[in-house]
Amino acid sequence: MRRSMLFIPGNTPSLIVNGDILGADSIILDLEDAVSPAEKDSARILVRNTLKHLGLKGCEIVIRINPVDTDFWYKDLDEIVPHKPDAIMLPKVNGPEDVKKVSEYIAGIEEKCGMEKNTVKIITLIETTMGVENAFHIAGCDERVIAMFLGAEDLTADLRCVRTKEGAEILYCRQRLVTAARACGVDVYDTPFTDVEDIEGLYKDARFAKALGFTGKVSISPRHVEGINEVFSPTKAEIEYAHEVLDIIEEAKRMGRGVVSLRGKMIDAPIVNRAKQVIEMEKAIYGGTDHE
Amino acid sequence: MKIVKNAVAGTLESSDAYVQVEPNEAGIEIVLESVVLTQFGDDIKASVMEVLAENEVTNAKVSVNDRGAIDCTIRARVETALKRAQGDL
Repeated sequence: MRRSMLFIPGNTPSLIVNGDILGADSIILDLEDAVSPAEKDSARILVRNTLKHLGLKGCEIVIRINPVDTDFWYKDLDEIVPHKPDAIMLPKVNGPEDVKKVSEYIAGIEEKCGMEKNTVKIITLIETTMGVENAFHIAGCDERVIAMFLGAEDLTADLRCVRTKEGAEILYCRQRLVTAARACGVDVYDTPFTDVEDIEGLYKDARFAKALGFTGKVSISPRHVEGINEVFSPTKAEIEYAHEVLDIIEEAKRMGRGVVSLRGKMIDAPIVNRAKQVIEMEKAIYGGTDHE
Repeated sequence: MKIVKNAVAGTLESSDAYVQVEPNEAGIEIVLESVVLTQFGDDIKASVMEVLAENEVTNAKVSVNDRGAIDCTIRARVETALKRAQGDL
């Protein structure tokens, strides 16, 4: 389960050492924008040592490397991949060829280190207009790809429009990414809400993203993690309904009935699938009961 | 690895360490300042020595100003300074 993803600068030890107690389902140790070119070497070694020695527990570890149009990305991978992060976040993905290039390089390191193939997954960061238009081909281009993430700051610069809190300028991009990701069976994460102080605005933005179909949301501030987790968790009513759905399906099976209804609505396959997803999340969050 | 020039790595921020490496003709010299010198001074010096050994450095002066960094941070900062001092990064 990955609802919240939190960026942590890759060259700031005071933040890294506390990365696993901030409540995020996933932390992203950043070697890209949060690190100046003169400090890339230093951050790379610090993040590598963190993976090797620190053993951050209870959250997924993702490393944002530098984009493929720099000379840093393969040096990042050389240091990081042998220490088995859960995933690499690849920024500024314009098309499938960017993902393939990185995936093949990771495969070479995995083979050299005796690691199982595809141990290290890829999360693609879509933050260019070309990336948005190629979203479907990117999402399905490589079995390492487990998720996509929309980065609206660079994207709105590329769109030549102003980034607003309301986000009307990125609505098409959000919907396109959700559709592409869902069509390819991968998760999809919404852009960070960048006003750290505006918690009410964060909730509103996160609820809108959830309504569009996003799996979760990325954050640049630990202050936003709790709100994101809350919004992207099933509600008590959703959990109760999901249990009722699965209970009535079980009962129908026992009784040999093909068609069932609950609260006046026919229960069909999509509703059952949705109920199973809710109960999976319940188990992941609260350790709920297993219906199988 | 031969240390050919002065180099630094890290910062003086909390939980970090600022490491300076200089060429030295007479073996290894470690100068340590730390907010936890009494409690962990020997452990920090041992970690610095390990990183020097891993990188086959036999002549260097290493000055560490530790601001409460954990072991993997100190090791990272020393390694970075060493690599910068040999000029390969």
